Amino acid sequence: MKIDLYTDGTPLLLSNNPLSRRQLIKSGLLAAAGLLLPGRSLAAPLIKAINPTQGKAKAVIQIWLWGGSCHIDTFDPKPGAGRDYFGQFEKPIPTNVDGIQLNELLTNLAKTADKFSLIRSMTHGNNGHETAAYLVQTGRQPGDRQVYPSMGAVVSLFKGYDAGYKGLIPPYVVLTEPQGRFSEAGFLGSRFKPYATGGDPAQTRFAVEGVVAPGITEARQQSRRDLLKELNSLDHALQSDPQITNAIDCERQAYDLILGDAGKVFDLAQEKDALRERYGRNTFGQSCLMARRLVEKGVPYITINYKGWDTHKQHFQTMRRKLPELDKGLATLLQDLEERGLLQNTIIWCCGEFGRTPKVQWDAPWNGGRNHFGKVFSALVAGGGFKGGHVLGSSNATGEEVKDRPVYPCDLIGTMYDLLGIDTNAKLPHPQGIEAKVSPPPGEKTASGGRLIELI
Amino acid sequence: MKRLRLVIAMVIVWGGVAISAPSPDKPGQGKGATTPSKASTTAPADTAPLSAGLNPFEAPEFTTRASVIDELVFSQLEKLGIKPARPCSDSVFLRRAFLDVIGTLPTVRESAQFYADRSANKRAALIDRLLAREEYVDYWAMKWCDVLRVKAEFPINLWPNAAQAYHRWIRTAVRDNMPYDRFAREMLTSSGSNFRVPPVNFYRAMQNREPAGIAQTVALTFMGQRADKWPEEKLSQMAAFFGKVGAKGTQEWKEEVIFFDPSKTNATPLAEPHFPDGSTPGKSTHGISGDADPRLVFADWLIRPENPWFTRAIANRCWGWLMGRGIVHEVDDIRPDNPPVNPALLNCLERELRNSKYDLRQLMRLILNSRTYQLSPIPADPSRADEARAQFAFYPVRRLEAEVLIDALNQVTGGAEHYTSVIPEPFTFIPEDFRAIALPDGSISSPFLELFGRPARDTGMESERNNRITAAQRLHLLNSTQIQRKLEDGPQLEHFLKTESLSRPDITGLYLSILSRHPSESESEAALTYARKNKGKPREAALDLAWALINSAEFLHRH
Repeated sequence: MKIDLYTDGTPLLLSNNPLSRRQLIKSGLLAAAGLLLPGRSLAAPLIKAINPTQGKAKAVIQIWLWGGSCHIDTFDPKPGAGRDYFGQFEKPIPTNVDGIQLNELLTNLAKTADKFSLIRSMTHGNNGHETAAYLVQTGRQPGDRQVYPSMGAVVSLFKGYDAGYKGLIPPYVVLTEPQGRFSEAGFLGSRFKPYATGGDPAQTRFAVEGVVAPGITEARQQSRRDLLKELNSLDHALQSDPQITNAIDCERQAYDLILGDAGKVFDLAQEKDALRERYGRNTFGQSCLMARRLVEKGVPYITINYKGWDTHKQHFQTMRRKLPELDKGLATLLQDLEERGLLQNTIIWCCGEFGRTPKVQWDAPWNGGRNHFGKVFSALVAGGGFKGGHVLGSSNATGEEVKDRPVYPCDLIGTMYDLLGIDTNAKLPHPQGIEAKVSPPPGEKTASGGRLIELI
Repeated sequence: MKRLRLVIAMVIVWGGVAISAPSPDKPGQGKGATTPSKASTTAPADTAPLSAGLNPFEAPEFTTRASVIDELVFSQLEKLGIKPARPCSDSVFLRRAFLDVIGTLPTVRESAQFYADRSANKRAALIDRLLAREEYVDYWAMKWCDVLRVKAEFPINLWPNAAQAYHRWIRTAVRDNMPYDRFAREMLTSSGSNFRVPPVNFYRAMQNREPAGIAQTVALTFMGQRADKWPEEKLSQMAAFFGKVGAKGTQEWKEEVIFFDPSKTNATPLAEPHFPDGSTPGKSTHGISGDADPRLVFADWLIRPENPWFTRAIANRCWGWLMGRGIVHEVDDIRPDNPPVNPALLNCLERELRNSKYDLRQLMRLILNSRTYQLSPIPADPSRADEARAQFAFYPVRRLEAEVLIDALNQVTGGAEHYTSVIPEPFTFIPEDFRAIALPDGSISSPFLELFGRPARDTGMESERNNRITAAQRLHLLNSTQIQRKLEDGPQLEHFLKTESLSRPDITGLYLSILSRHPSESESEAALTYARKNKGKPREAALDLAWALINSAEFLHRH
């Protein structure tokens, strides 16, 4: 497929091309305002890099287990490896797919194993949080002078405003806190940063930053809006000024979120109580429900930044608390999406930046902890064209080595781009005009086990 | 707080005394009856509390004498049949001058002093006072740091030590009003450690440090030209002057010495050096081969008064900074097919600058004292606003820069902002009450500054700064917890929030502290009506009034 980044031989996306910029402004591309995003100063006909016939998936929900979840205590149990490895989880449970076992606390997921597949041979070998998080979400080796965009930013580039997305909610949303600068827009710039909602969806009122102001009723919002309108004397004097008309348009859009229908997507009280219970009345469970509502509104990329998996100490206690949360939220999300006919178009991927040392550290100060482990970890994928009920690759008996079919982050991300119909050879707009593609070509710098054809 | 209340009371009294009789329309003045405001053109609006229906932005006549600039601007307007806007009112001038010259809002006391001043030359006196302020130095150092790319982190990678040294050098040059030709020459020709000889950071603060990359940056910075549009040959001939810029590290972490390295070899062989006007360095005088540093030869050529580009670029840049638009627009895109809209005006500014020995402060003083600068923001004929804007027939409203806006919000509320650097060096920890316009390093930032389009300082291009308002920004100002907290907890507003019922003096006080002017009668009435509707909730009413004022176009824009 030919990538049309150029119109007249001039890269449109370079900010040092004023003529093109002016043409863009005139053509209205720059005039359209993207809500909740910083200044939209660049735009380009990138849409052509997408082949719409190829992609089944329209949206992605990324469940990010920040800190690095333990593979052998979740999706890759090792009951035969001895207590020094399995620790407190000796009895994995069977699932509704023959041959697949999960940690004993994942009872709901065990009933939905036909809907997802597991990759038990994820690997990259990096044990630093920030660098590994960068690797898993960009598919790139850190240390290059470039900071590449994360998958969410790339999807929002190809499926966002430039590709005809018109929602007031930004195309890349993080529930609820940002992941840090190496998992964001990289050189694509602030326009492609994720919008982090803030607040807590498990509270009675989900105080989405900017959309819902805690302590201000709707009536007061309305009446002070009227006051502003009345007192805005310069506005009144300058109604045909382009700066002022633009500001007025922006304000109208802002109020569509604050008072209008657009902001109602964040109002979880619109959901039935029974369903909210099924998801789990906690931040993660309600974030899963929130993600489904955003998918229904057409938001193409949602990250649930699920913290608390960095369990150097008190590992097993933490697992006993978190695994039931993860289980309930994720299993209900899969069921709910399927019941609504959304699962076939929505990719779900769930993993952290790495696994954790399979051998438990019993001695002080860890007292039963697990450390960072980039050599082997697991990922769960579902929907959007991924098959369910399969396991790809395996680790050895102790979960310390990849046994077969190593899968590198770029393989997983590349497969998801394929499912989304995003050409991995397409160029990314770079502010300094440096050549950069959606995915790195496999080579000496980028290890690859190939696309996950077994799962699609 | 008592003091603030007292000052406000004084302003109100002065205002009351200052009411003067409405003067009849002057013929030929402000007869552009098609202004959307439809306001009457009577009464000097500012010295008095405004009476009903009066537009607070315009004045009936100029209080400033026409200058050499005005002759050139107004005669061209007349030729084109474009009617200029009316003169701006004193309250507009006050706020505009503060924001344009020192990037800072006037305090209630400063406004009071200005309104109480009855002398004829009070605008000129204010301009002189502002040009002597410390904030003038901070604000213009900030502007220069955008152009000169003062930033510790990627992709400029000055690192904190050098960014701080570079900023301090620029700030000192602005403070001492270093002649601009010397300012340029020091950056182009200095050698030494980038920690100890800060202007050498000019050569470090570039992404592309190959000779052609340096030449491109020099052309952009000092000639207002984009060399990527030049014929390749022209660029490589200019690049030849920068082929011997050596750089070496030292024992000190991230220190680098910039020096003349005659033995330096380059990946691409250097072309024969030609100045951008096509001439060559006279071998007899300068002998570029041999032991002369070619940077010196180039700098001598560049800053000669008769150089066609050097003076033009800076004169145009200064005009653009104050007037919101260059005579050649954009100010860093001077080229033959982008001619000045008023060549005589640009020539005049260049002449003034040469005659003053490149005194930028003097050039600014000249512009600020012109009638052109002191026009109202309301075009006389909105249907021809685009033409009028290009010809400086009115003062164009622009959203405040990110740094100026957060400082203004903090000033009126008494709040603070937290700034951090991604490179945690000791001196990148910034005290909470620090002004954003004084931040020394582009890598020290806050989410607010990022949201409101602070430039990345990656290229030195003016277009990096994005002052176009976005919906996300509106949402933040209207409804974010950050702004709500500033209003609710800000010590500067406390006095008004404690009121038992929102009274006229409270309303006037809020207007003076937030918009630096008195409310009009209709504005006061609207606020009082709002207070009556919210009887029993005086705190909410006061908060909402303050909220409405900081969300008004008048607060968010320079106008």
